[in-house]
Amino acid sequence: MPIIKVEDLARSFNGLWAVDGVSFEVEEGTCFGFLGPNGAGKTTTIKILCTLLRPTRGQALVCGFDVRKEPQRVRQAIGIIFQEASLDDRLTAYENLKFHGIIYKLPRQKLHKQIDQVLAMVELSERRNSLVRYFSGGMKRRLEIARGLLHAPKVLFLDEPTLGLDPQTRSRIWDYLHYLRAQKQITIFLTTHYMEEAENCDRIAIIDYGKIIALDTPDNLKRRLEGDMITVRTENDELAEKEISERYRVPTKRDSSGIHFAMERSEAFVPQLIRNAQVPIISVSIRRPTLDDVFLQLTGREIRAEVASAKDRLKGEMRRIRGMR
Amino acid sequence: MDLNTIYIVWLRDLIRYFRQRSQLYGSILRPILWLFILGMGLRPSFRTIAGFNYTQFIFPGIIAMALIFTSIQSAISIIWDREFGFLKELLVAPVPRTAIALGKAFAGSTLAVIQGSIILIFSLFVKVPLTWYKILALLPAMFLISFALTNIGIIIAARMTSFEGFGTIMNFIIMPMFFLSGAMFPIAGLPKTLKLVMLINPLTYGVDLLRKIILEVSALPLITSLGFLLTFSLGALLLAIFFFNQGEY
Repeated sequence: MPIIKVEDLARSFNGLWAVDGVSFEVEEGTCFGFLGPNGAGKTTTIKILCTLLRPTRGQALVCGFDVRKEPQRVRQAIGIIFQEASLDDRLTAYENLKFHGIIYKLPRQKLHKQIDQVLAMVELSERRNSLVRYFSGGMKRRLEIARGLLHAPKVLFLDEPTLGLDPQTRSRIWDYLHYLRAQKQITIFLTTHYMEEAENCDRIAIIDYGKIIALDTPDNLKRRLEGDMITVRTENDELAEKEISERYRVPTKRDSSGIHFAMERSEAFVPQLIRNAQVPIISVSIRRPTLDDVFLQLTGREIRAEVASAKDRLKGEMRRIRGMR
Repeated sequence: MDLNTIYIVWLRDLIRYFRQRSQLYGSILRPILWLFILGMGLRPSFRTIAGFNYTQFIFPGIIAMALIFTSIQSAISIIWDREFGFLKELLVAPVPRTAIALGKAFAGSTLAVIQGSIILIFSLFVKVPLTWYKILALLPAMFLISFALTNIGIIIAARMTSFEGFGTIMNFIIMPMFFLSGAMFPIAGLPKTLKLVMLINPLTYGVDLLRKIILEVSALPLITSLGFLLTFSLGALLLAIFFFNQGEY
């Protein structure tokens, strides 16, 4: 039985559909990723599943409970790590966890030990009595993961878990997540717009403009591209593009970095390409397809970290000011 | 009722308050400015009111000021919590939102009573004698007033979708309520329309109640002040809980 079951879920804000009829299922103990650019509806979906937003239409079951009818029971069964830090920065790491334990009604006698365990897991035991406001971004995120796990949830929701973190911290966080899935059979639901991160998931839903446009394993998604990505630079890209697309009958794309196209069995193809070329070739590069290419193929656009909205920038600024106080 | 949650939400606000000193210092500075600079400056221009000089007359009003500032500021912290995330931690917890709202209401009231009690020290300087039974009567009175005000703050916080900031709330809520409460001048002798506005302001009854206890003079019967404040508190609480439950985050 799937642990998350979503059917025709939709949510509108003032007539605009942020999520527009998505359906999917997540099996227990797997890692499910929601991949899409900013504003695609990822956060809205996660907020509905966490009972923070009510759906306009459709149904969502988490651990068998309807998010609309039994929000309290859903909340007891899940852990959430938000995109933006949701720690109290004037409390210590220990106090933040203790607060969490108390509102989740964990037995007091065991709470102390459980806090020690999760702190050790995210390697923050030594900072247990430091105020969170003096923590780095990575430390805060690790503490949030510890907090999200304190009440032993069945499903862990993560909204852009590694946004703005350095690669080292990012891989460390993924180590925890892999450990959790393997050791504790926790189901992980995450949103991301980092392709490398989505590769870690068992299944990925690619979401754009509030709709799921593809849902499969990372490997199957990449297989759709039929071949490797080849980039050719020549002395005259315009002429060469015409030549390649006509002779090999492949769709091509040309930009300042060269001519791009996909080709199966590329190792054998490249010598042929060079032999037949009318326009002198400067360089050829081959790479395996990534999810970036999948997204590009599906939407005609590239996923990238878009410029933060005015409100987000203001928030960042306010946070900075508050930090100085 | 989820007393556990009410307690922990209350406790968190108190811990934060004592770790963040600026609010505490501000609360001591503000009455000094009003009481000693404004009060002393205006004193020669005023006749004695019911046998009290001007600074003595406004002393209960200055306590009311501490109460309204602290109550509303404390409730408005919900907006900060919402913008900076911590509110989400509370809202996705398996606890009723009503308990969160109640915790906030009690926290704001408690902090306001603490701030109000600090002002009581200044009674020595303005020569308003306070007896122990007066102080004992003041504590529940201050709590009742603060509870009504904190709930107003929660309603505002739950309805406000962005942080227009404390300045807006100060200009449009706190200052008008304070000026139209009889804190700085007696209600009697005001134009009828102004009087009418003052009579729907809960702080008017609060100031009158405080003045009754501290100076033993009042413009309204005790039962009216108490009755209005109790009714208002309850109504505001229910409305605050309703809006807090309704909000999406």
